[in-house]
Amino acid sequence: MENVVDIKRLTKRFGDFTALNQVDFSVKKGEVFGFIGPNGAGKSTTIRILLGILKATEGQATIFGKDVWSDSMEIHKRIAYVPGDVNLWPNLTGGEVIDLFAKLRGERQTKQREDLLQRYKLDPTKKCRTYSKGNRQKVALVSALLSEADLYIFDEPTSGLDPLMEQTFQEDVRNLREEGKSVLLSSHILSEVEKLCDRVGIIRDGTIIEQGSLEELRHLTRHHVLLETTSNLDGLDDVEGVHDVSRDGNTYRFQVNAEQMDQVIKFASQYSIQKFESAPPTLEDLFMRHYEGTDEVVE
Amino acid sequence: MNELFKRSFQLFKLMIRRDRIRASIWIFALTFFTLIIPSSFQSLYPDQQDRDAMAVTMENPAMVAMVGKGDLDNYTIGAMSAHQMVLITALFVGIMSILLFVRHTRSDEEEGRVELIRALPVGRLATIHAATMYVILVNVVLAVLLAIGFILQPIESLGIEGSLLYGATLGGAGICFVAIAALFTQLSDSSRGATGWSIGLLLFFYVLRAIGDIGNETLSLFSPLGWTMQTMIFTENHWWPIFLMLAFSFVVLLLAYRLNAKRDLEAGLFPSKPGKAHASKSLLSPFGLAFRLQRTAFISWAVGMLLLGVSYGSVLGDLDSFFQGNEMVEKILVQEEGYSIAEQFISIIMTIMAMIATIPAVISINKLNSEEKKSRLELLYAKSVSRKTMLVSYLSVAVINAIVTVVLAGTGLWAAGSTVMDDPVSFGSIVGASAAYIPAMFVMIGLSALLIGLKPNVLSLTWVYLVYSFIVVYMGNLFQLDEWFSNVTPFGHVSQLPVDDFEAIPFLVLIGLAVILVVAGLKFYSKRDIQG
Repeated sequence: MENVVDIKRLTKRFGDFTALNQVDFSVKKGEVFGFIGPNGAGKSTTIRILLGILKATEGQATIFGKDVWSDSMEIHKRIAYVPGDVNLWPNLTGGEVIDLFAKLRGERQTKQREDLLQRYKLDPTKKCRTYSKGNRQKVALVSALLSEADLYIFDEPTSGLDPLMEQTFQEDVRNLREEGKSVLLSSHILSEVEKLCDRVGIIRDGTIIEQGSLEELRHLTRHHVLLETTSNLDGLDDVEGVHDVSRDGNTYRFQVNAEQMDQVIKFASQYSIQKFESAPPTLEDLFMRHYEGTDEVVE
Repeated sequence: MNELFKRSFQLFKLMIRRDRIRASIWIFALTFFTLIIPSSFQSLYPDQQDRDAMAVTMENPAMVAMVGKGDLDNYTIGAMSAHQMVLITALFVGIMSILLFVRHTRSDEEEGRVELIRALPVGRLATIHAATMYVILVNVVLAVLLAIGFILQPIESLGIEGSLLYGATLGGAGICFVAIAALFTQLSDSSRGATGWSIGLLLFFYVLRAIGDIGNETLSLFSPLGWTMQTMIFTENHWWPIFLMLAFSFVVLLLAYRLNAKRDLEAGLFPSKPGKAHASKSLLSPFGLAFRLQRTAFISWAVGMLLLGVSYGSVLGDLDSFFQGNEMVEKILVQEEGYSIAEQFISIIMTIMAMIATIPAVISINKLNSEEKKSRLELLYAKSVSRKTMLVSYLSVAVINAIVTVVLAGTGLWAAGSTVMDDPVSFGSIVGASAAYIPAMFVMIGLSALLIGLKPNVLSLTWVYLVYSFIVVYMGNLFQLDEWFSNVTPFGHVSQLPVDDFEAIPFLVLIGLAVILVVAGLKFYSKRDIQG
């Protein structure tokens, strides 16, 4: 599949500080790519390089096959961007800002405008000074969703939205995917990424440490298993791939490496099983795995 | 009742703590610039004869409108300082009171800080009460320092009673505007609105007094700023206006407190009117946006420069009689054969006005940098807007600003001058004299453009350079400075019309220099990282 965003060995240094170190990832056409990492890991720096606002120290970044720095004007006609912290002009109204952005992107006014304003419950006649953080974010969201872009870049777009608006936003992202648009979604809210994204990249200290579909990533980590039997499970601890066994009567809880699940089931089938529950790791588990102690990491 | 004011004192201390530097600067600046006046008048007008000549100039209606009425028959150093300084200082004291008050009330409310405070066991009126007391304290300190400063000056006409009254007048005026700011803070629901309305009323009171002083004198009695001139400091020393000011402040504050106790947090009593749901066509471009963001400032500066021109122009008629024999002025105005003092004065004034008119132009181009610092450019650069378009848009606004303000200043000078002069200078030659400065102003704009591209963290160098230019060009003759001092500033190369002949080469060289600076600025700006 064609890559919409392609980043190769991207490095950005601010003086002595290396913000990004050899970052590699790509967003394919028609997919929603989740970009996750803690504060200060380099998400916004990466996005700003993609927008041609910062200049990469080394490496290459392209959008639609064009260089993000030198061809930024061409690229920007086909992208829409929503920052996490939206700064607007206090003395312009939300409606004026939306019109201005549409014009600067080179688009005509569309009739969807009213629908979207209604959908996000945004009053366009209010000055930006009076908007809360969430409402300023809505201005940027409505403006982005109005555009006929091919790539949408969202940098923590829902950090100020209420759960209802978050849901509206998630619906809109799904609609975008159905229309064949590509989305780069940087977020803290892992459940949101989990719901929306086809593939995920995890960044830490300026380096991408994991990249792939959720399925692929899950494969690298442990499932949570709950097992209830009528008799004692002797030797469960010795089964390869089983970790952290805890027992409460005949109820056992433990973790299993995904690739060794088969052996566990074979072992358990020797006993009379009353209940077997297995939960795949959530994105949060995946994420935490990289940031907590290394002893849990499955090599 | 006491419940309403609970913990005001803690808030009061917090405000002093937050403002110890800001308030000190205000107090120091106002005291310093007031106290240097009598001794500088002493050296400028050492004899009563000089002062009486000045008094004649002050009878001019334009001057009366500007500085107010004074005791012109009794024009001692003291009377002169009070007459020429009290009103203008009262304006600044009023602005200080308004800004300090709104900062601690409506601004804090807007930022949600009052909400945090009100969630604590703090009285409902504690914020307004603490802010009122705090800004009153600032005014009282100012009044005391002024009084002491005047008493300590070894000038005969600065009596003790007058010194106390001088302090009390400015302190009283300041307190009046604390009350006015307190009222508008209840009425308007934003800090901008509260500040705007209060300063608007301040200016209204100034104009009301001006109209009153020229024509119907009772009008001046309805303006707190008019009251400041009724005190006749250092001559008759009237105290009744001080009591009037305090009574006025008390009544207005009472009203403000009542409204504050009744209203909701973050609400105002003025209805906030909805803005436009759609952008007008004129906004829809980078240039349109750049202009729109600076529109109010642009218009204010244009009007201000026009008025400045008018006020300088209004003294042109009396210049010859006034400046004859004044040694200080003769040093500044090196005698040129064949030109009247008025014409020489025009060429000097034009330099000053051009440099003042450079201020809004530089602010205008520097706005691009402040937008960047506020992270507002990020969203624009994410659209199909190039760095070049953006910088050129801001440059265009700055260039238009420079041309409009300097030409308006010249026009004002001509308009007022032609009504008071026996032998008026032609419109063309005055406006030409002001237009001659446009290339030098472009160089300053160009310097800012270069710094924005190359090293925005040293952008204030443009201001340093402008101040330097002002000092060497304006004061150069006075300090007998070497010529090279003025050769390194663009303003030193402008033909000082109408006294000098127009020289095309420096004019064109300055334009060329400005173009080079701008081109270099564009090149660097397109290459560097944008902060946000």
